[in-house]
Amino acid sequence: MSEVIVVTSGKGGVGKTTTCANVGTGLAKLGKKVLLIDTDIGLRNLDVVMGLENRIVYNLVDVAEGKCRAKQAMIRDKRHPGLCLLPSAQTRDKSAVRPDQMVKLIEQLKNQFDYILLDCPAGIEQGFKNAIAGADRAFVVTTPEVSAIRDADRIIGLLEANNFEKIDLIINRLRYDMIKRGDMMSSADVVDILSIPLIGIVPDDESVVVSTNQGEPVVGSFTMAGEAYRNICHRVLGEEVPFIEFEKGFSFWTKVTGIFRRK
Amino acid sequence: MKLRRLFQKRSSGNIAKDRLKILLISDRVNCSPEMMNMIKNDIAGVISRYMKIDEESMEVQITKKNSVGTSRKSPFLYVNIPILDLTSTSSGKLM
Repeated sequence: MSEVIVVTSGKGGVGKTTTCANVGTGLAKLGKKVLLIDTDIGLRNLDVVMGLENRIVYNLVDVAEGKCRAKQAMIRDKRHPGLCLLPSAQTRDKSAVRPDQMVKLIEQLKNQFDYILLDCPAGIEQGFKNAIAGADRAFVVTTPEVSAIRDADRIIGLLEANNFEKIDLIINRLRYDMIKRGDMMSSADVVDILSIPLIGIVPDDESVVVSTNQGEPVVGSFTMAGEAYRNICHRVLGEEVPFIEFEKGFSFWTKVTGIFRRK
Repeated sequence: MKLRRLFQKRSSGNIAKDRLKILLISDRVNCSPEMMNMIKNDIAGVISRYMKIDEESMEVQITKKNSVGTSRKSPFLYVNIPILDLTSTSSGKLM
């Protein structure tokens, strides 16, 4: 039975696309068949984060309009067997696809994959409605900032109004030095405010920028973020994985990653 | 840095959390902080007819909780009223 997960946040720039790329790649590394769908029509990004931008022929809008078959538009990631990307269109806008077309497309692809991840655009308009239409589970991504949390709360309300039963929280870009000083809300604070189950904590890590530059997701690498994303993937599979407290393990981790970097 | 901290009463993380809590109450139910304040004053007015309460540290909040028997969350009005004296202004005055 496949699971369709929408990755959403409300606010832009909190890490939806990065989360989508890393969780998708991580699940594929664990041997699952995964399809990533970029639903941000007009501002496509998932392809560059995945490093697959040069292989796009057809896109989501072409499939929805019947110009090509879904199989022709899907890009197979050669580095990870079982991982596919359905890119978005860059020259169209959100109104090019309707929610009922998304539902139809996902129904048609569902039996070919274990997981379908939808990268949702920022905002709560048409693009958001398209992205959530075919999904049965949601990941809400937020950063520990007032604006992002407010938007996340609004999104959670909208998802609940749309009868989503499984809504999980991913807190991105935590800085433990700032939390220690009391200048950033901790993950416990954010969970307390939003009161939905937590599925991942991702520390603010330079390696995410480096990996995005290279077009290769950071998941599974010997970095804090890589480890955090890998843990999320295991939790998606239903395993109980304790949340790493980088607060305590920070020096240990820098030592570990330091060893690998020196080589 | 430490010197600055001496003069700073509250950490910015806590300020953010408190601001968010108030903000989300009004966001969630579409009711303004002023209205929440009016509700608070009205409740305080009614209760203080029967007992002496601490209006200063009284809390009125709208939170979300799982309602009995369902998995869906519905809004709850949560009121926390510290009682100072149970007997002082009670029954005698009323009748």
